[in-house]
Amino acid sequence: MAIRYSLPVFCLAYLAMTGSNHAAGQENLTGKLTLTGSSTIAPLVSDLAKKFEKTHPGVRVDVQTGGSSRGVLDARQGTADIGMVSRALKEDEQDLKSYPIALDGICVIVHSTNPVKELTDSQIVAIYTGRVKNWKDVGGLDKQIMVVNKAEGRSTLELFLHYTKLKLPDIKADVIIGDNEQGIKTVAGNPYSVAYVSIGTAEYNATHGTQIKLLPLHGIQPSMQALIDHKFALSRPLNLVTKTEPTGIAKEFIAFAAAPENDSIVKGQYFVPLAKR
Amino acid sequence: MSLWQKDKAFLFVLSVCASLAGVISIFIFFFLAKESVPAMAGIGLSQFVMDETWFASENQYNVLPLLWGSVLVSVGAVAFATPLGILSGLFCHFYAPSAIAGFYRSMVHLLAGIPSVIFGFWGLVSLVPLVARIHPPGPSLLAGVIVLGIMILPTIMVILDDAIANLSRLYLNSTVALGVSKWGALKGLILPNLRKQVGVSILLGLARSIGETMAILMVCGNVVRFPTSVFNPIRTLTANIALEMPFAMNVHRSALFFTGLIMMVLVAILMSTAQTRTSRQA
Repeated sequence: MAIRYSLPVFCLAYLAMTGSNHAAGQENLTGKLTLTGSSTIAPLVSDLAKKFEKTHPGVRVDVQTGGSSRGVLDARQGTADIGMVSRALKEDEQDLKSYPIALDGICVIVHSTNPVKELTDSQIVAIYTGRVKNWKDVGGLDKQIMVVNKAEGRSTLELFLHYTKLKLPDIKADVIIGDNEQGIKTVAGNPYSVAYVSIGTAEYNATHGTQIKLLPLHGIQPSMQALIDHKFALSRPLNLVTKTEPTGIAKEFIAFAAAPENDSIVKGQYFVPLAKR
Repeated sequence: MSLWQKDKAFLFVLSVCASLAGVISIFIFFFLAKESVPAMAGIGLSQFVMDETWFASENQYNVLPLLWGSVLVSVGAVAFATPLGILSGLFCHFYAPSAIAGFYRSMVHLLAGIPSVIFGFWGLVSLVPLVARIHPPGPSLLAGVIVLGIMILPTIMVILDDAIANLSRLYLNSTVALGVSKWGALKGLILPNLRKQVGVSILLGLARSIGETMAILMVCGNVVRFPTSVFNPIRTLTANIALEMPFAMNVHRSALFFTGLIMMVLVAILMSTAQTRTSRQA
């Protein structure tokens, strides 16, 4: 008899135990958090994640890239807990909740040996639409311009199109690239190319010996400081997005990412921490 | 358990393993077909060849420039690698001292083990600037052909090396006994008999290069268009999937699966042709 009752009793005891475990879990977070999206935000989030994992030993954070559109898609479908989107949400994306964690800008880059000092907005448009094909027409050498454009689905491309008021089919590119690093390597490898990439990545590479040059826009040199002062025209917010009001680990992580004590990590990745909180 | 039963059990395990491998590729095929149904129904097959170009955000899905890019770069790579493969095979067997031939072979095997992204990276930082110096822009069909040619070189070399070894075992002693010169044996016996193996190695090289993605994505420029010279950029079917799959939705996603299906059919045709050629020979 005693044996027969022991199983249900054991089950009850087990339920009671797991129940109390669950309650304790609220303070001591455990589990896995997945973030996907923008290749611009990914290095920053990876750095934040490392610190987050140290302070929350039970949590594992998984960061994957694939462009902002993937961030939106994965957050919406629930494939990822948080999407990384390096632009403001569009009108048809208002079903998502967005949490800005930093600011970034994009800038036009050329090879460091290129004598061109600045390009005006209309010159940039002329180059990207193929009306100007030679550097000598914009004050450079008599060499054909190699136009580097971003692949569809990248927020850098969307911001660039928005700023130049161009449509994607208008752009006549010689090379189409995926992420910022590929763009920088392409420009560094070809003295007559022009591209646009994230200021953070470009400034880091330019100060670490990569042969690229950041071109000023409206007379303002692209830099972290210009972004902080809101002087630079081509800038964008870096957002974490979720489908619903975040809870648990996701909520903790978003709060952690925007916290003032992590500003140094944001600056370390050459982004600008949010001024107002 | 009797010996007979043990045998049967073993046979069962073997057949399960063997059929599993076969079934997986059939499953992949059906999965691709199923995922491409919305594209075939929603876009219609005519659009895949009639549209102006491939421009997902404008709902244009012409696969021909992509297919053409894939075919051109693969054919170019094979044209680049096959003569090299034949010549280096002959060199190893007939002219090189055995120590050098052995070293050379192990280097080629090492080449086979290098991950494709490394080739792509090398292409991006060293080869593309070189091509750009000859003729801008640099990222181009030519760069793709060279990188891919080097990548499939081991495949082609190993097949031809084997074939030449077989042929020389068969004929070499007799030709020496008959007093035929080395060059005469090469020209009269080895090279004509090598033809079928060259065909097989070309087919396998093509199948391998059609599917290559990462290196091609990094050196080919990825502009969707029909190239008019080897210095023009191209986009291949594989690079297109890699660039667009991360954010593709609905019909666009399905259209990408459809291009995957095209590629799978292409590779299947190439592989089965190679297979029948080898078996006919045996």
